[in-house]
Order: sequence, then structure tokens, then C-alpha cells
Amino acid sequence: MGHKAKVTLIDERGLRHDGRRFDELRPIRMQVGVLANATGSALVEYGRTKVLAAVYGPREPFQKFMTLPDRAILRVRYHMAPFSTSERKSPTPSRREVELSKVIREALEDIVLSSEYPRTVIDVFVEVLQADGGTRVAGVTAASLALADAGVPMKGLVAGVAVGKVGGVLVLDVDEVEDSMGEADMPVAGAPDLGLVTLFQLNGVLTEEEVERGFSMAWGAIERIVSMEKEVLRRKFEAVGEEV
Amino acid sequence: MGRAVHGTIVVPGERLDSKVEGKHPYTLELGGARIATVVGLLSRRDDKHVFINIKGVYVPEVGHVVIGLVESIGATSWHVDINAPYEAILPAQDFLGRPFNPAVDDLARYLRPGDYIKARVTLFDKTRNPVLSVQGEGLGRVVNGIVVDISPSKIARVVGKRRSMANMVEEKTGCTLFPTVNGRVHIECPSRELEVIAVMALKIVEAEAHTVGLTERIARFIEEERARRGV
Repeated sequence: MGHKAKVTLIDERGLRHDGRRFDELRPIRMQVGVLANATGSALVEYGRTKVLAAVYGPREPFQKFMTLPDRAILRVRYHMAPFSTSERKSPTPSRREVELSKVIREALEDIVLSSEYPRTVIDVFVEVLQADGGTRVAGVTAASLALADAGVPMKGLVAGVAVGKVGGVLVLDVDEVEDSMGEADMPVAGAPDLGLVTLFQLNGVLTEEEVERGFSMAWGAIERIVSMEKEVLRRKFEAVGEEV
Repeated sequence: MGRAVHGTIVVPGERLDSKVEGKHPYTLELGGARIATVVGLLSRRDDKHVFINIKGVYVPEVGHVVIGLVESIGATSWHVDINAPYEAILPAQDFLGRPFNPAVDDLARYLRPGDYIKARVTLFDKTRNPVLSVQGEGLGRVVNGIVVDISPSKIARVVGKRRSMANMVEEKTGCTLFPTVNGRVHIECPSRELEVIAVMALKIVEAEAHTVGLTERIARFIEEERARRGV
């Protein structure tokens, strides 16, 4: 492997290494109902990051001891496919994947009406097909769409986006290069319809003012992404006649 | 362009007018506002605004007649998949209609995994799994025909207002339809070709349940398919 070329994270015109402005999202694409065997599914792309989410259930788990008498258990598995990175990633769940499974589950738990299905389990599989930064937040967005596609009752739709700091500038929707070479990374997810933040993390150092400004950038983007989710769901059912 | 839909598509989290009628948990009062919790259709019916869920999970209720798929055989009962989050139980005593002795009676002689049954939910409250009964007219093992799976939220459209859709399909194909609330339809037809046409028609109803002019389109589809296949 050769050495990585030196990348200018922010150029003299204030543009990022891929030509985006500091507050610009990567092109986002969404599809729902992409897997026939799942109860609900979605494929979400943030630029070159591609994440597939599949929902199964609510259903009775094989291990009945793990059920709760008053609500359904939400089980989330975040996993990166071995071919999702430039170098092969071991398919064994890593410490990071176990942590992100928990983080994504917690980002969805307050939204899903799990008390409607006691003693059951709702399985959410988040599979990263191609990783280019922001996989956890794209995973939250994909999981939210897949849950809606599965018909699991939810208080609202959730979306996520990461804000980072590169070259001293706060930037929206960081990709792999900015994530690895930048000074900070702050993933945020939430449900704008409820005014609820469900995920908030920070790797690196930001000042209090930067956190506030970064959060404000992220929240504006989350509102836009949730609008896209709504549009995709509406389009699926309005265009249904074409599928047959 | 897609088909015109019967109203407005609503997605989870969207606010609904407080006068909109909708079933729990598909609509919910939250923070003083009424919201939709699943993808559904907001439409007008008899001077009322109603929210009909397009997506949803079947939850059994006592009295529902369902079509179940026998999954396994227990010591004194059969375990039945009723397309719900909870596995149902059919007690052997109920099916046999007499006292049952596991030392003498072999349950596999009566129902095996893979068999379909028509049954009524007699007990269910979410703390225990549903209990089924086959005692009643038209209930019991499904012997002839086939069973088709449809999304439970689309069954109402398969039946139609005053059974209009089901009657039309039966009239045009010569088949008999037995749709149940858990998203299964038992179809018995005079021939294999007509059975295929009936299944295709039901799958179109499922996919286009919320669109306008569906009954006429299905009638036309059946006529065209019959002409094309010469049946």
C-alpha cells in the first residue's frame, strides 16, 4: 500500500476536500422495501456511505427468557460487511460494532411504541455495505425508515447526521477523510416532530460555543433528512400502481 | 405516474386533526396533539375523517376467526402460527371434541406441521399466548384449495364494502374466498388456472389497496386473464 496523498481539508475558498461548503450535506438517497423477506427494510446512502437496514418482528424470540412482560425488546445489530472498507474488515463483531449497536438501539428505543407488543422482540439489523464516514447516523436513518416500512408503531421518524471540525472549521456530514484527519466528530440523531434528541456523542474537543453551533447545524440537517424520509415513504405508496 | 389514491398518505409522527378517527395504536394522543404512528391513509368516509393504516402488525382479539399454520406438536396441544407476534395454542381436547389421553392418542394422526386450520381465538390478553378453538361451523382443518398470505392491514380491502370485492372475485373466477383478519385467504377453485388468476388478483388488491377504482380494475384484469388463458 502506498502512502495517502496529503489532503487539503479546507481550501482558500472555504471549500472542503470534496468541494462541499461547510454546511452542505453529501447527496442523500433512500429506498424502502428493498428486502422481500424482512418485515420492513431500507437502503440509505450518505454520499459513498451505504447502509442497509432490515426489521423483523415484532415476534416471539427463540430464547423466551429474554422477553419483558410489559413491552417488546428492541434488538439492534450494527455490522460492517467485510467488503465495506478498503481493507478487509473481519466479519467478527468488534468492540466498536457492539457499542454502536447499543447507541443505535438507544436512539430508537424512545420512539418505538414497544409497550404495544409485550413479550416480543423487534430485531433491527443494520448492515454497512460501504463505509465512508457517518455510518452510525446513516444507520439510525435507515433503521427508522425500515421500522416505518415494517408497520411498527412509532411516535415519529428519526434521522442522524455527524458534525465535525476540520482545519478549525465546523463542517456538516463528515466523511471518512474528515473523520480521520479532523479535530472532532459529533454525531447527533433525533426526531424533529417530537423535538427529541436521541443520540449525541462527541469525539475530540470542541468549545461550548462550537458545540451549540454544531448542534444547530446538525438539527437543521436532521429536519431536512426526516423530510426526505417522509417523502420516500409517501412516494412508495403513491406510486404503488407501477409495481404490479 | 402511479394510481390516484383514496385520500392523503400520512407517515409516522405527522399531526392529525383531533376529529380524525383512527384505531389505537395507529393513532396516538401525544403532548395534546393527535399523531399517526404508522404509514396510513387519511380519507373521508360518510362525513367523517378516518385514518386507515396501510402498514401494521396483526394482534389477535378474542372472537377473531383466523387461518393458522400448524408449526409443531406439543404434548397436549398444537402450536399454531397465526401471523401474529404470539404463537397460538390449539388444545387437543378442543380439536378432538372429547377428553384426550396423551398415552393413547397420537396428535400427529390428526394435524401435522404444515397443515392449515380455520379457528376462533377464544382466549388472549397479551400476558398469555392466544388459545384457539375449532368448535364451530366452517372451522377445522383446511382440506382443499390453497391459503394465500396478504398483509393483515389489506384484508379489509380484499373483503370490500359489504363484501363487494370478495363477491366480485368469486363471481368472476368461480372460486370461493375465505379471508381472515390475520392476513390469510383460503381459496377453493374449480381449476388450477382459475386458482392462479384468483391469487394474482388478490396480490394486486394487496399492492394497490389504497388506490381509486380498484374493483373495476380487478374485474377487468380477471376477464383479460381468463380470455388470455382460454379458461
